[in-house]
Amino acid sequence: MFAQLGNANFVVIQTLNSLALGGLLFLLAAGFSLIFGLMRIANLTHGSLFMLGAYLGVTLLSLGVPNLWLAALLAGLATALMGGLFERLVLRRLPGNSQGQVLVTLGVSFIVADLCLMLWGGDPIPIATPAFLRAPLQVAGFVFPTYRLAVIVLAVIVGIGLHALIERTRLGAMIRAGVDDPQMARAVGIPVSRLFTVVFCLGAGIAGAGGVIGGPILSAYAGLDADMLPLALIVVILGGVGSLVGAFVGSFIIGFIYTFGTALLPDLAYVILFLPMIIVIAFRPTGLFGRMSA
Amino acid sequence: MTSARRSIAIGVLLLVAALVPLVAGDYYVNLLSQMMIAALLAASLNLLVGYAGLTSLGHASFLGVAAYSSAWLNLHSGLGPLASAPLALLGTLLVAAVFGWIALRASGLGFLMLTLALSQVLWGLAYRWVGVTEGDNGLRGLTRPQPLGLDLDSAAAFYWMALLVVTIALGLIALLVRSPFGAALRGTRDQPRRMSALGYDVWLIRWLTFVMAGFWAGVAGVLYIWYHQYIHPSSLSLQASAEVLLAVIAGGAGTLAGPVVGAVVVVFLKNFVSSYVERWNMLLGIVFLLIVLFLPEGLVPGVKRLLTRLRSGALRP
Repeated sequence: MFAQLGNANFVVIQTLNSLALGGLLFLLAAGFSLIFGLMRIANLTHGSLFMLGAYLGVTLLSLGVPNLWLAALLAGLATALMGGLFERLVLRRLPGNSQGQVLVTLGVSFIVADLCLMLWGGDPIPIATPAFLRAPLQVAGFVFPTYRLAVIVLAVIVGIGLHALIERTRLGAMIRAGVDDPQMARAVGIPVSRLFTVVFCLGAGIAGAGGVIGGPILSAYAGLDADMLPLALIVVILGGVGSLVGAFVGSFIIGFIYTFGTALLPDLAYVILFLPMIIVIAFRPTGLFGRMSA
Repeated sequence: MTSARRSIAIGVLLLVAALVPLVAGDYYVNLLSQMMIAALLAASLNLLVGYAGLTSLGHASFLGVAAYSSAWLNLHSGLGPLASAPLALLGTLLVAAVFGWIALRASGLGFLMLTLALSQVLWGLAYRWVGVTEGDNGLRGLTRPQPLGLDLDSAAAFYWMALLVVTIALGLIALLVRSPFGAALRGTRDQPRRMSALGYDVWLIRWLTFVMAGFWAGVAGVLYIWYHQYIHPSSLSLQASAEVLLAVIAGGAGTLAGPVVGAVVVVFLKNFVSSYVERWNMLLGIVFLLIVLFLPEGLVPGVKRLLTRLRSGALRP
């Protein structure tokens, strides 16, 4: 069973797959973690936004949008808008009621899942890999799927961009203040409630764009939301809520464990996800990089 | 309601319930059996949501573990459905003990996320571990037990057995809630730090409650597998856990009658309305939104408050 680990080609390909899945998970978990950190909302629509993004990408591409990146951008803008409206119109009605907010996001996730099923049907819809990334890259006798490399690079760029946004800009400073102490931030004049909308839009947009970017690897299918949400949750539990670095590191850890687990022990891949969770929860309940407990 | 009047009301209700199969057709008797199983599951989750203040989004796991282990033992170990039940419940207790230990490292939203993640792991396992669970095909070819030589294959016989088991279980849950332990549990919900200062072990009280909630969900799981004689991974899905939670919240968390009323409403909606409207998931989502936004306390406390207001004449002009 583990003999494959001696096969260099297997290891290289699975490593690349792990990194690509980790990159996609980061696009999902970063927004989830930021929203949770700032607003204390476990946004269970996050998986739905990822799936909705993938389906929107399918439709945009079939309507003649010239390439995947533009489709991802447009789908991201659309999901950002929807996320913003949802935050303003629904979540706003339940201030301070975190349980009610979670239940509302859960209800909306079912509605979105059913709407997607109605609109796009139950069969998986593949998204074509962009033409110039289709040819595999050959280096030193190994064959690398180019698109996966592009996904990894993109995730790293998004990670650096978000990090710069949070750590280097005025907006980021306000978000950090809001995460650390919302009352005090409000008291010194930071418009925390407007930040809520901004962060919700940002998280929803990245998730939706992530769905399109993930399309050539995962394709768009009913149930994509239920497959991705638990992985993102485990990433956030592992990395620590509200921590971008935690989401980044956690995503790649889970990407590796899940990919190698699925390849080596297909039956038990999900059980292997238990292990990092149990270890982290036992020794560091705030997650690897978290400052507050969930 | 005074306690004497309450006992009379419950007695009359049970009598009526016991007489139903004599007048109603099999379809309705079976629907009521499903409602009772759902009511027990909801009542067990209510221990956590209503009395411990811990919202779990993974409660269907315990129904699933009990049902799967009972079915597996039934199919592969030569044990009958009745003999495999205690083993299935023991397995459920163990899973609940471990899950409780993990999930109770956090409280509030962290608890919710951990229960959700853990239950999704089990759901994935039910789908993927084909050697044991048969994956998407589910486990089939099961039989109902024959306790004391009684044949439970007819709708009415199963109904009476389920009525007996669920009544006893709900009675024991009611006793637990009213016991000193139940009072301490409510204390940990409302004032965890004060309870801690008073010398109560808040963590232990919560953990014991989690394990008991898992146990009663396991009992519901055994009834479930006897009733359906089939189990599929979807019984452990997020939807399934959400349905139970909806039953608790729609009926009224933290009341004894609430989850029963909520379960009746949810099973009714699922079986009856969704035979006309195909989109059960959409309906489930919309009901969730409506309950949380407009009836957050649930049906039972809502109706009770309305009745009190009517009685005190506040609604009279």
